[in-house]
Amino acid sequence: MARITYKHPNGTETVLEVPAPNTVMRGAKINNVVGIEAQCGGSAQCGTCHVYIDEACTVSLPEMADDEDEVLYGTASPRRDSSRLSCQLQISDALDGLVVHLPERQS
Amino acid sequence: MAARSVVIVGAGQAGSDTAAALRSHGFDGRVTLVGEEPWLPYQRPPLSKAYQAGTVGQEELELRPASFYADQRIELLRGDRAVKIDRELRTLLLDSGRTLPYDALVLATGARPRALPVPGAQRPGVLALRGLDDAEALRQQLAGAERPLQVVVVGAGFIGLEVAATARELGHHPTVVEALPRVLARAVSPVMSDWLAAEHRRRGTALLLRREVVALHGAGTGDGPVQVVELDGGTRLPADLVVVGIGVLPNVGLAVEAGLNVGDGVLVDEQLRTSDPAIHAVGDCARFPSVHAGRPLRLESVQNASDQARTVAAVICGEPAPYRALPWFWSQQFTLRLQIAGITAGHDEAVTAGDPEQGRFSVFCFRHGRLVGVESVNRPADHGIARRLLAAGPDLTPEEVAAPGFDLKRRTAQPV
Repeated sequence: MARITYKHPNGTETVLEVPAPNTVMRGAKINNVVGIEAQCGGSAQCGTCHVYIDEACTVSLPEMADDEDEVLYGTASPRRDSSRLSCQLQISDALDGLVVHLPERQS
Repeated sequence: MAARSVVIVGAGQAGSDTAAALRSHGFDGRVTLVGEEPWLPYQRPPLSKAYQAGTVGQEELELRPASFYADQRIELLRGDRAVKIDRELRTLLLDSGRTLPYDALVLATGARPRALPVPGAQRPGVLALRGLDDAEALRQQLAGAERPLQVVVVGAGFIGLEVAATARELGHHPTVVEALPRVLARAVSPVMSDWLAAEHRRRGTALLLRREVVALHGAGTGDGPVQVVELDGGTRLPADLVVVGIGVLPNVGLAVEAGLNVGDGVLVDEQLRTSDPAIHAVGDCARFPSVHAGRPLRLESVQNASDQARTVAAVICGEPAPYRALPWFWSQQFTLRLQIAGITAGHDEAVTAGDPEQGRFSVFCFRHGRLVGVESVNRPADHGIARRLLAAGPDLTPEEVAAPGFDLKRRTAQPV
């Protein structure tokens, strides 16, 4: 279980307690959080679950695999240093307190 | 007047996403989702791949958990079937006898596998793959086998090639029979077809092109399990299992009976309206005018189902926008991740960039000098960038792609 904050481009936020096993992407999908599409279902194909990790957030995240790095070149909103695919972030206690910003567009 | 009650027929990707998108758009009326299958709406792409390999189970296939439908006030009617639309009264009659009134009706009825039109096609051991039931039947055969099986796959489309690859990975001996001269003929360029064919052969799959199945033979006169696949010219292939993947037919029965305009699919306009403005169609069953292809298209893909769901939800909520999302597709065969951006059919020039020998390359397809699509193998960055480029109106030329050292990633890398 982890508390995840999804910040929307309009300044509002959605805070969810997401149980494991899940990903940050699926936590959003199952709660119908607007702004995460994840068309490929979480197989790191489509880049439509793009998020920016909050700069002030100190939660440590898993290393980025090559696939994820490649897919992030094609995101609809600009890639930044803080960009991740939320389908590659597995929920665990270690992710408790994670804050992500949703991009303007996913496709 | 805004709709107060929306009924969605079909609880696949398109239907389920339409229900969710209506709520995301703030639709506050009644949403009813009718599905024939007993399961919660699920993802189909893994059925031919990860589900067969056992790495993804039924629960992980679910698009959303049961609680989602309750939380979002979506009435999900499972195991029921729409039997008749009354356009005058605006009601939908279900097999259970229930009648659902609607202000807006969305047909997301999907498609069904085309049956092999030869004698013996009904024999046990002849399978198609569309739903979870089909996938489970196939899994029991492939994963449950005690010895390597002779698997004959009819059709070298996405389903056929994915099933063949999965069967090979599970230690079986697949033979793919395709009537056309190349694999994935409708979906990719000849360059990509040839490369993929070589990869399948190199990994131990037999691939017979320009060959047709004429009969399936088995033990007993008519209803014994399949044992032999007979091809044109008399070739006989031993078969423990036959998987038929020769395309699908859109489910248009309801629309036809209701007198809607139907071609190959339910005909809709750019806002996904049928010839009755209170009825829409989305996903595999809908034929829509495509700005990307320059002609009406019916697409069988998650992207199309999902993006059309969002378009139709917006239209129903009174925020109409034309459906113009860029088509894209993916397939996984062995370790090969094939991704296609745009519609490459009808291209007149194909330029390859990258390294086909290392299994990492992209084929850039042009028509009259204009980029229309990009097919990538194990080059996700190319695919993603190509989607952005194609959506924006591409300025890439064949000469640029053909130049030594061309790298799409470097050319269009966004400032970090």
